[in-house]
Amino acid sequence: MAMTLAEKIVAHAAGREHVAAGEIVTCAVDLAMIHDSGGPRRVAPILKRFGVGLWDPSKVVLISDHYVPAGDDETRRIGEVTQQFAAENKLAGFYDSEGICHVVLPERGHLKPGMFVVGGDSHSPTGGAFGAYMFGIGATEMAGVLATGEIWLTVPETIEIEWRSRFGPCVVAKDVMLFLCGQLGMEGGRTQAVHFRGEAIRGLPMQERMTLSNMTAELGGQTGLCDPDETTASFIRAAGAEPGDIARWQSDADATPAERHRFDASALTPQVAAPHSPANAAPVADHGAVKIDVAHIGACTGAKLVDLRMAASVLKGRKVDPGVSLLVAPASRRDQEAAANEGTLQVLVDAGATLLPNACGMCAGYNGTLQENVTCISSIARNFKGRMGTASANIYLGSPYTVAASAVRGRISDPRELLS
Amino acid sequence: MSIYGRAFVYGDGINTDMLAPGIYMKHPIATIATHCLESVDKDFAGTVKPGDVVIAGQGFGIGSSREQAAEALKHLGVAAVLARSYGGIFYRNALNFGLPVLVCSEVDQIGAGDLVSVDAATGAVHNKSRGMMLHATPLPQFLLDMISDGGLVPHLEKRFAAERAAAGV
Repeated sequence: MAMTLAEKIVAHAAGREHVAAGEIVTCAVDLAMIHDSGGPRRVAPILKRFGVGLWDPSKVVLISDHYVPAGDDETRRIGEVTQQFAAENKLAGFYDSEGICHVVLPERGHLKPGMFVVGGDSHSPTGGAFGAYMFGIGATEMAGVLATGEIWLTVPETIEIEWRSRFGPCVVAKDVMLFLCGQLGMEGGRTQAVHFRGEAIRGLPMQERMTLSNMTAELGGQTGLCDPDETTASFIRAAGAEPGDIARWQSDADATPAERHRFDASALTPQVAAPHSPANAAPVADHGAVKIDVAHIGACTGAKLVDLRMAASVLKGRKVDPGVSLLVAPASRRDQEAAANEGTLQVLVDAGATLLPNACGMCAGYNGTLQENVTCISSIARNFKGRMGTASANIYLGSPYTVAASAVRGRISDPRELLS
Repeated sequence: MSIYGRAFVYGDGINTDMLAPGIYMKHPIATIATHCLESVDKDFAGTVKPGDVVIAGQGFGIGSSREQAAEALKHLGVAAVLARSYGGIFYRNALNFGLPVLVCSEVDQIGAGDLVSVDAATGAVHNKSRGMMLHATPLPQFLLDMISDGGLVPHLEKRFAAERAAAGV
């Protein structure tokens, strides 16, 4: 019987020949990713209550990214608890202040097609870009996984989203996801498996596919899959790992998704989401000349090497408007080093950018916050009221191209006007 | 399980930043809970009583995986949530904390302050203030078992204790 990629991975994890959408199965977890906020400080006391250790430390990766660098006694204590947990368990990986978990995990070769992976963070669908079924769970559920190595799952339906043709200049994965949030709403994914397909998606580099999968969280999908291909395999090999059997982890040609949406990539334009929801997305021109105080390029979804390059292509030879603070928090230390080596970082700094640590930082309002009443445009994933720590702030969302163009102009701007 | 209390009624899109604002996340749940829903109803945390029920529209709990969003409601004594739909991670988190979250398409038949009883096993919802019987989608038995154990942690504690007993440890 024909199966979608999501069904194939779930069936394999459940030890079954076949699964059908809607049935509840118990799956064996191939990898669990935890971070310093929802990780050790919350799971360790629960494991103690259970009286058991980790089911398999070689299948657990721990990444400190939310409370780094420590800003006060409480965050320092969280850092110590996290480091102690890593010291006590022989984990598959522990990365402290190396960058944001969703970027660091594949960068260090922990993901490959066909894996069934849980992450203790809502942007865990990012792993779907590699053809892995990866999704987010809370800390208590994570403690259950760490103790047992398994988790129940309602077998997802597949929602196929096809982008034919090719994207135009300055139109990138962030625009795709803001557009989809606007079209389908934040519950369009119905906690099912979203599957991105089509010529335009095949043409995207891995870090752009990661942005699609990442923001499947905002679209309400449980995971966001991309078809594994040679682009996937090359990325994994460059990360020092083996991609495994790419051909095995493909949807059957005659598998039928529950829903299918088709869009023309060449017709998409740069998108901006107005406060206080990614679903308030519209073409950049529809937002008028909103004046901005802060332009922010950061987060797992918006400050990877490809994102920094987008911003630099706009900012090269230009200066940020004197009324705007441009803040850039590269998503990982490695991406920052690569950006420094190729000159991208210098372009950003020369334009007037202030560099922030390789961490979640302002995106979750955990570490550093916006000032009261400011208007900000950011490349992060969600702009809920209070998201960046200040309820009075107005946060707009856009691609790194659009954020950079807005920083130069001092108001929300279409990057194509600067790069044409 | 018997659930009976006053209704606190909210609209669509109650997200995790409203339920557990990020700026308080480094604090214990008792602190986070005092800020629960403050950006939509500053009186909620101060007036909600054990047994009360939260009623909402589409997408209750969308956003972050932070389970403090569910834990804060549980900490304040909320006995159940009825909503048209839920954020996927929040939904699992709430069940894991032993908080019954039921899908109900008839939430517009419940007003703020109405006295409501809910049977999570049958999905029967009784709006006693209006004398109306409503229906919610009941929870499957294995989730009811987990909730009646008090959530995932006590449920697994029981399982590990049974495994140890069976192994004669």
